[in-house]
Amino acid sequence: MHTVDHTKSIIEISNVSFSYNEEVIIKDVNLSIHKGDYLGIVGSNGSGKTTLLRIILGLLSPKEGKIKLFGQDISVFKDWSKIGYVPQKVINFDNNFPLTVEEVVIMGRYGELGLFHNISKKDKHKAEEALSHVDMLNYRNRQIGDLSSGQQQRVFIARALVGEPEIIFLDEPTVGVEKDVKEKFYQLLHDLNEKLRLTIVIVTHDIESMSHEAMHVACINDHTLVFHESIDDLFKKTHGVIN
Amino acid sequence: MLDIFQYSFILRGLEAGIIVAFIAPLIGIFLVLRRYSLIADTLSHVSLAGVAMAFLFGWNPILTTIGVTTLSSIGIERLRNTKHIYGESALALFLSGGLALATVLLSLGKGFNSNLLNYLFGSIVTVTSNDVLTIFILAIIIVVLLFLFYKELVYITFDEESAKVSGLPVRFINTLFIMLVALTISLAIPIIGILLITALIVVPVVTALQLRKSFIKTIIYSEIISILSVVSGIFISYYLNLSTGGTIVLLMLGIFLLVMLSKKVFKI
Repeated sequence: MHTVDHTKSIIEISNVSFSYNEEVIIKDVNLSIHKGDYLGIVGSNGSGKTTLLRIILGLLSPKEGKIKLFGQDISVFKDWSKIGYVPQKVINFDNNFPLTVEEVVIMGRYGELGLFHNISKKDKHKAEEALSHVDMLNYRNRQIGDLSSGQQQRVFIARALVGEPEIIFLDEPTVGVEKDVKEKFYQLLHDLNEKLRLTIVIVTHDIESMSHEAMHVACINDHTLVFHESIDDLFKKTHGVIN
Repeated sequence: MLDIFQYSFILRGLEAGIIVAFIAPLIGIFLVLRRYSLIADTLSHVSLAGVAMAFLFGWNPILTTIGVTTLSSIGIERLRNTKHIYGESALALFLSGGLALATVLLSLGKGFNSNLLNYLFGSIVTVTSNDVLTIFILAIIIVVLLFLFYKELVYITFDEESAKVSGLPVRFINTLFIMLVALTISLAIPIIGILLITALIVVPVVTALQLRKSFIKTIIYSEIISILSVVSGIFISYYLNLSTGGTIVLLMLGIFLLVMLSKKVFKI
């Protein structure tokens, strides 16, 4: 396994709190994500981990605290192509949507292309490359709705990769995915982290998988960050907290 | 030569009908896939307030409804974004509010007459030469804007959250799109009527989606169904002396049933 560059923090979350209608969702969270890391943000349902992800991605504004992405405050950050996002699509996905696999993957280029620029041959080539990384190139002309949930998940990862990000965030990626598909999926993420040096952040309640797959784990419990260390330290220190 | 073409109002109706039939699925595909079909229904009911204002003050009905539906569309989008009330509740507020305003204005102007029925159920007799020109110019604006924002609209329709994360100006594009919906509805009133506009926007797209083709092919099939229904609807309603709007919608629903039946028979 490669080492994480602890001198290069690409995401910095400082004293972030968020509440909705007086109800505290996350409270005073501090977290740094380093280049090359494979981080699992874990916690039970309702712990606030998905809210934290939405704040990092700019989908929600924190009530307090600061977020820095690649050294810039999130309010002025423009280079969103550095960030890939794989939403929790397996359960929300509309299987009747009339798009081919290639059309879905190319969407990942739109942010970089900007308004009023059409898709070029270069974009199509990059989509093919991204599909090759996830071993789905042969499916590029198939309807996205005709694929299995595991295959769809791979396509969404390809869409996150096609913008050539430095970090990808995955929201509960294995919900509704069968066990053998899940194993292949984690192997894919492991390869992307190892071979492409891609920083990976998974938000999940599946702490068991993370304890085998991730390099670091950040645990959100009762709306606060209670732990952020390596997997080895997780077992030494936190059995009680996580339960 | 068919005697139908002796009448200039039929020609104007056909011209306006084909333009509207072309625009409706372009808007409809995004509405249907986003499960926003009710927005079209809401704005069409709101448009009655525009028609009532036009009756009362002697204004151009198309331009007045464009003003009323555009302002309402911006209001709906803002109300939905505040997240203080549910999306469908915002639609219910505007739908009932628009209808209430329309009935009050109509009663003030004693507008409950046969002319009103033309707007409720559609009548190509009401289409003037100026209307055809207005519909044509505004349709070009709609097509150009849809073309310019096509890839972003597809992305937002498929996965709005990821589109936001990728840095696209989602709120701006959503507002622009709902204004285009308002514009399309205002243009379609003379042809199909306020109460049946949603069918024109939704049914051809729903039918084409059954064929499970790519996005572009779905648009093309929707266009064929829409234009075929509108043109044949105008002809049939003329010869059988039927309501134009009603005939068009029944034809569309007939095609929908035919496609569903074919799917079952041929196991497509």
